Amino acid sequence: MTHSAKVSILTAEPRPIAACRADFPGLAQEINGEPLVYLDSAASSQAPNVVIDAVADYQRHDHANVHRGVHTLSHRATDLYEGARDAVQEFIGAGSRTEIVFTRGTTEAINLVAQSYCRPKLDAGDKILITHLEHHSNIVPWQMLCKQTGAELVVAPIEQTGQVDTRQLIELMDDRVRIVAVAHVSNALGSILPLEEIIQAAHHRDIPVLVDGAQAVPHLSIDVRTLDADFYAFSGHKMFAPTGIGILYAKEALLETMPPYQGGGDMILEVRFDGTTYNELPYKFEAGTPNISGAIGLGAAIHYLNSVGLDEIAAHENRLLAYLTRSLEGIDDIRLIGTADNKASVQSFLLGDIHPHDIGTILDHQGVAIRTGHHCAMPVMDFYGIPGTARASLALYNNEDDIDRLIAALAKTKEIFA
Amino acid sequence: MKDKDTSKADELRELYRELILDHARSPRHFGKLTDATHSAEGINPLCGDKLKLYFRILENGQIDEACFEGSGCAISVASASLLTDTVIGMNTSDALDFFAVVVSRLRGDVDANSGKRAAIDLGKIRALEGVKEFPSRVKCASLAWHALNSAIHQNSQTVSTE
Repeated sequence: MTHSAKVSILTAEPRPIAACRADFPGLAQEINGEPLVYLDSAASSQAPNVVIDAVADYQRHDHANVHRGVHTLSHRATDLYEGARDAVQEFIGAGSRTEIVFTRGTTEAINLVAQSYCRPKLDAGDKILITHLEHHSNIVPWQMLCKQTGAELVVAPIEQTGQVDTRQLIELMDDRVRIVAVAHVSNALGSILPLEEIIQAAHHRDIPVLVDGAQAVPHLSIDVRTLDADFYAFSGHKMFAPTGIGILYAKEALLETMPPYQGGGDMILEVRFDGTTYNELPYKFEAGTPNISGAIGLGAAIHYLNSVGLDEIAAHENRLLAYLTRSLEGIDDIRLIGTADNKASVQSFLLGDIHPHDIGTILDHQGVAIRTGHHCAMPVMDFYGIPGTARASLALYNNEDDIDRLIAALAKTKEIFA
Repeated sequence: MKDKDTSKADELRELYRELILDHARSPRHFGKLTDATHSAEGINPLCGDKLKLYFRILENGQIDEACFEGSGCAISVASASLLTDTVIGMNTSDALDFFAVVVSRLRGDVDANSGKRAAIDLGKIRALEGVKEFPSRVKCASLAWHALNSAIHQNSQTVSTE
């Protein structure tokens, strides 16, 4: 029975959220002699058994290359891989499966849009509009594109709370702006951007919008058609799937106009030395043998998220984030970084003048895993005039005990530096 | 349970010794040296440590003055502070020997050095040896020393721990 894992996912009863923790074997271990408290899901989330099993089952029983063979294993691999694409389409509310391109991750998806969609359209003096809170992956591909084309990178400011100044962002949308590229949720600050307002304003001026959804997807229910996003990029490994698989959603009409990003096998219909005919969507953008097992793991992760329910997850995480913020505020010398009204899943902070890296080491020593540093958002750190922050981030498997352990470990940190 | 807690606490105390915390809180020779003859910058991208070290080296090779500026975690700042305290008055060839010994000891590699280097007494730099138990922090402790090496070799490139 080769598809047992998949069947059990599809027939699973709705999963109560408190029971979810037991689904993640990585959480059930001791670190430095203490039970692990994992508060670094914004960097990468742990995987549930159903994802681990789906990948292992595929590797054990169903592995072959996709879209190639007439033999049974190739059919199975293709069905599983394409089944994952269907799962993604449904998960984000895309109109067609041809709009779902598998990539290595959010970063590759953004680079694909920069090079394939934007580059042929850009002239010197054109503008690319981003915001001050973007992750490096939504800054550097645009800087490279500016260098190649003579376009200008324009950065919309943020407020002290860590929310984008939407009014100024919209004012910056002039007739030279060729694309607006914004995060859905800030990875360093947790701010949820008012995407509908931003996208409406951009579309009013005929400017397409790319959304970096890496930090949003496991926490918010996404509907790309309601948002009317032109491009929506996200990664598997922040939503309980393996690393190395990501998604570019793009409106079909836009994908149709775009040249391939990379050339190779699988993205062609016919190759002759005097010319090559490219494959249809979305395969035109998937050169070479894809990350089949990663896609299958992603499909399993989506079934898992659906089995728990995105609304339940969001409610649980919001409750927990409020408790985290309240608990941190109870510590003397704490400074919260990122205090927007509308936030998801992360809280950055500083503790007195203790360097975040020292906090991270002392916490790890007590089994508490957090992220420390600039969170690949150095301009955000410059904005606050700090070298970095300590950041606790939440996922559906966290609970109040985790936060109590974090607070106790921070008290210990203060004791050592007292 | 108590024993476990005690030994765990000892490990942390070993890393964050009083001497380290003292140098981190009140770094010695902190600031820019306006008449430096040699300088180098060290960056640890992992945690954002960014230190610039300045040296005034006489024609006879003696390190006459050493200063540093920048920001970093307690370990990297204390290490830079201890470094400046230590190398002032040394000649550059002794300082390079010292660099080699410090970097290998921080990695826990006690047998890496032979001959003259094996005989070097690290003195108060030994306070940094607690990082051996914390692999991710070895880079913090060695950052300033790599910058020293780079500065003496007149290599004005920024050194990175990555």
